[in-house]
Amino acid sequence: MKNVIKLRKGLDINLKGTACKGTISTLKSEEYALVPDSFCGVTPKIVVHEGDKVKAGEPLFVSKKHPEVKFASPVSGTVESILRGERRKILYVKVRADEQQQFLDFGSKDINSLDAEAVKKALLDAGIFGYIKQLPYAVSTTPDTDPKAIFISAFRDMPLASDFEVELEGNEKDFQTGLNALSKIQKTYLGISSKQAAKALFNAENVEINIFKGKCPAGNIGVQVNHVCPVNKGEVVWTVDPAHVIIIGRLFNTGKVDLRRVIAVAGSEIKKPSYVEALIGTPLSAVLDGKLAKEDHIRIINGNPLTGKKTTMEDYIGAATSEVSVIPEGDNVDELLGWILPRTKEYSTSRSYFSWLFGKREYNLDARIKGGERHMIMSGEYDKVLPMDIYGEYLIKAIIAGDIDKMELLGIYEVSPEDFALAEFVDSSKLELQHIVREGLDMLRKENA
Amino acid sequence: MSALKKILDNIRPNFDEGGKLHAFKSVYDGFDAFLFVPNTTSKSGTNIHDAIDSKRIMSMVVIALLPALLFGMYNIGYQNFLAAGTLARASFWSIFLYGFIAVLPKLVVSYVVGLGIEFAWAQWKDEEIQEGYLVTGILIPMILPVNCPIWIMVIAIAFAVIFAKEIFGGTGMNIFNVALIARAFLFFSYPTKMSGDSVWVAKDTIFGLGNQLPDAFTCATPLGQISQNINVPYSMCDMFTGFIPGSVGETSVIAIAIGAIILLWTRIASWKTMLSVFVGGGVMAFLFSATGSSHIPWYEHIILGGFCFGAVFMATDPVTGARTEIGKYIYGFLIGAMAIIIRVLNAGYPEGMMLAILLMNMFAPLIDYCVVQSNISKRMKRLTTKK
Repeated sequence: MKNVIKLRKGLDINLKGTACKGTISTLKSEEYALVPDSFCGVTPKIVVHEGDKVKAGEPLFVSKKHPEVKFASPVSGTVESILRGERRKILYVKVRADEQQQFLDFGSKDINSLDAEAVKKALLDAGIFGYIKQLPYAVSTTPDTDPKAIFISAFRDMPLASDFEVELEGNEKDFQTGLNALSKIQKTYLGISSKQAAKALFNAENVEINIFKGKCPAGNIGVQVNHVCPVNKGEVVWTVDPAHVIIIGRLFNTGKVDLRRVIAVAGSEIKKPSYVEALIGTPLSAVLDGKLAKEDHIRIINGNPLTGKKTTMEDYIGAATSEVSVIPEGDNVDELLGWILPRTKEYSTSRSYFSWLFGKREYNLDARIKGGERHMIMSGEYDKVLPMDIYGEYLIKAIIAGDIDKMELLGIYEVSPEDFALAEFVDSSKLELQHIVREGLDMLRKENA
Repeated sequence: MSALKKILDNIRPNFDEGGKLHAFKSVYDGFDAFLFVPNTTSKSGTNIHDAIDSKRIMSMVVIALLPALLFGMYNIGYQNFLAAGTLARASFWSIFLYGFIAVLPKLVVSYVVGLGIEFAWAQWKDEEIQEGYLVTGILIPMILPVNCPIWIMVIAIAFAVIFAKEIFGGTGMNIFNVALIARAFLFFSYPTKMSGDSVWVAKDTIFGLGNQLPDAFTCATPLGQISQNINVPYSMCDMFTGFIPGSVGETSVIAIAIGAIILLWTRIASWKTMLSVFVGGGVMAFLFSATGSSHIPWYEHIILGGFCFGAVFMATDPVTGARTEIGKYIYGFLIGAMAIIIRVLNAGYPEGMMLAILLMNMFAPLIDYCVVQSNISKRMKRLTTKK
């Protein structure tokens, strides 16, 4: 009997334009780019020059503090440009792809013959160790940490998020190999949803399986860690995106760094929401080519509408991108007397609107904030959508006040910004909670460094 | 609609930095946001947002207050005609209109003064106007006796808005309920205008409506009569429907119950706080009447005076009340209990709801502190057992 964890709190937002399964097309592009910003917490140091030839799997940049953590190129080709922004911050490392792809061969390995150190070394050498994240701080982890456990959440339940079972199809063997590899390092927990059915998940070996039953954000890794094995001060838990588990598995099975992943292209402004297979680093212009229903007043999001980043066509698929969503921007909408009219098209958790009447209707929400920022007025709003043993309001207040001791006491080590995404959605005071939590985490990381 | 938007957009430059009317920018922004949902879009963080905002919430509270306000207007007329003995001859509309005209100036002045301070403050601090006063502005005339002069209400509003709200940082940062601070200010500064037996029934004709009552006419509230050991001449039915003298909005249990349903249904007010105020008050009143300290049955304590009004509209203010879910039970219970204790044990104060809520406003952070501390100790314990 597997461990079933029921979560009562949460909220499923039913958005228009969820990606349909169906034929998954493979995308090709002439140029690819690795985005250092998509590896949260990493300060990059470039190790290639413009014009250099690289193979797929060769590092493009390394972490400044931990040079052994390398970041592999998704393709073989020529380094075309290294784009820098303000204060010479590295934005992209662009690679023009060769016609014939050449992979750096790391040699396929039998996991059973490897120990923890050997697995770590293989990941470091291949430049994919940086894909592993950690709690506390929700950043890319470093090899000097000693995790007390490794967590994988095999389902995404944010609105418009990609269905991991679609991503998994055809990659079951690599997924299991990836799990085997991680379980060599430390005890590994796999969180799956009660709505999932894939055998590769339910029969996964070498991991402890927890089945989560509940609404979004049950799929958040932070929520799962909080319920299974909460992070205390001084402890570290590694968290791995399930798509990255497949990439890790591929490395051991084939000896290649193959950064292919399946991505959902979703949202109400997409003609036919579907899945595509693409390499990490594929430009969004290639992903969205011919798929947009409208050209103006749209918002392209690298990720899902709750946790994703507002972006443009010039962006690239990042390490953590499991979906690209496009919704209306809403900057051309003028709604009269919003404080009193029924506004039946709008979605709200509040009964002062009528969404509770319409059941499972799909909503087409735009990016308006729909109100002014206020001090925290209503109480208990965050708690309703934060299924963790944490007083969200008080933690947010402690962060705003910059009170580090209080933050620690209130459990900041257990949260990541995405855990507050739903709270930010429902907040009637319209505070930027994810941003506030990220600031708090950065503050503590600096303090504890 | 788009024409209106165009006009607003056209005059906007006048209000921007350097424009002729820059001093009224907060007023312009306030009206713009009042007419149209702001179409600013999120820059970072969640890309989508719930349609709820504080304007909508405050509007809902105002709507919930309307039944009590309308009934209060009718009751003002009713009490005047009853005292003059002309009730049987008066029509519904003449009774209501009399009360309406008696309350309207107070409502208008309350909003003008309160919002005026609010606008000026927002302009000075270069902030957006906050909606909190929408509720406070209607609450204040509703918790005053009908004969309370407008000029002292103005002083109380100015004091409450500035010293109970703005200096703390505006709506959401205040420690005490602003409307109750206004009432407390009047209660202690102008006791003769706020309590006693000559303030509860309107005595003058207004524009020819109503009846002129003799200056010497007196009529105490039922609670006032009880504290003076006078038999209450009202039936249970009158007390419940609200045909008794009292502050404008507090008398009708039925009208307040309609408001309570709106607040609970929209989940704007916490049922935990509301329920526990009634439980606290009920238990304490029961104890007092069982021990003989109070002469009236426990349920009369609940339906008389400002108990229901305070429980539904004042104790549930999320800003000044307890914010943790467990805290809400404790906070509510203590308000109810304290209100009855003040009523029964302090002969000087026939009504205790205002003081009870203000007292518990002060203790709400302490209650929350204890609740949050238990979460902290749990976390600390986990840490020490690990080691």
